Amino acid sequence: MINHEWPLFEVFVRAKRGLNHVHVGSLRAADHEMALHHARDLYTRRNEGVSIWVVRSDQVASSSAEDKQAFFEPSGDKVYRHPTYYTIPGSVPHI
Amino acid sequence: MADAYESLTDHEDDARWAYGTGFSDPLAGVDTTVPSGIDHEDLAAYCLMLGDDALIMSHRLQQWVTRAPETEDELAIANIALDLLGQARLLLSRAAFVSGSGDEDSLAYLRPASQFRNVNLAARADADFAHLVARLLMFSSWRLALFDRLTGAADPVLSAIAAKGVKELTYHRDYAAQWVLRLGDGTEISRGRMRAAVGDLLGGSLVDELFAVHEVEERLAGVAVSPGGVKEEVLSVWGQVMRAATLAEGVGTTAPAGGRPPPGPPPPPPGGGGHDCAGGAFARAGSAFPRAGWA
Repeated sequence: MINHEWPLFEVFVRAKRGLNHVHVGSLRAADHEMALHHARDLYTRRNEGVSIWVVRSDQVASSSAEDKQAFFEPSGDKVYRHPTYYTIPGSVPHI
Repeated sequence: MADAYESLTDHEDDARWAYGTGFSDPLAGVDTTVPSGIDHEDLAAYCLMLGDDALIMSHRLQQWVTRAPETEDELAIANIALDLLGQARLLLSRAAFVSGSGDEDSLAYLRPASQFRNVNLAARADADFAHLVARLLMFSSWRLALFDRLTGAADPVLSAIAAKGVKELTYHRDYAAQWVLRLGDGTEISRGRMRAAVGDLLGGSLVDELFAVHEVEERLAGVAVSPGGVKEEVLSVWGQVMRAATLAEGVGTTAPAGGRPPPGPPPPPPGGGGHDCAGGAFARAGSAFPRAGWA
């Protein structure tokens, strides 16, 4: 049977010069070129972006829920890794 | 004192918002008085012609909403329809302002079909998705060539509308060309449908009408763009895409190469029912009262 569904792509948009690309969602497209077109139409129509990345979802490796304890919990008690003892100037954006 | 963090981001809008807020008015700072020496009636008529092309094309595109093959393409088509509706609003507003009567709404909603000035290509009902993208390619590349020249128009408002439209139309053309390539150089079925669409659109008088010079355009030298002057450029763009899509030869035939009919249901006849749910009024508006017949 032919699979009629296009592959899934993850979309990353950079909102402004100086900021990071941020994951905004996903879409379906036949290939990268079409994915970029669709991303432009779906995720930047309200002036959200200056740059787009698309990545095929099946190319993304992700951590699994079972690894949660070993992956993330060891950092839970290391409060010194957070810059909480500094006063952050009020004008610092995008924290 | 300049903040070091401010320089990391764009200045034009509030840094608190991670997403853009800086929308701009395409007519900001533009002098709306009609320059002396330009005939008001002719200018209003010309704005109406350009505005109606966008309005009717936009309507045809809107008819695809809830009917597009994929939700992503539905958004793309709706975006294009909105761009054209935006152009139509500005142009109809200009026509109303210059003529001194009515407004964009009265022109869009209250005119009888016989007073619409759009080219027939804009009103042509789409038989299928292939027909839509072929028509959009032809329409957007023709309009882009006109708008490109219109940016130098003696009317500052028309010039500003054209400058805004050029960027939009470039994307519309890009979107349409991409699909014409995919379908034309695709499967046996997609190729057959694309050929039928191109055959329908190039077969009649739709193309000739695009490049026929109207008397209003003749009289408005310096303001209006002569469509005859863009013919070569537009045909060259179409030719490039058609050749790349392997549609250049055999255009005009309605069946795919090879005698055997394609598997699956046959495509609906071009210009026939298909997706068209509200074709009646608009088809009449376009075809029975073409722009060329307007005195």
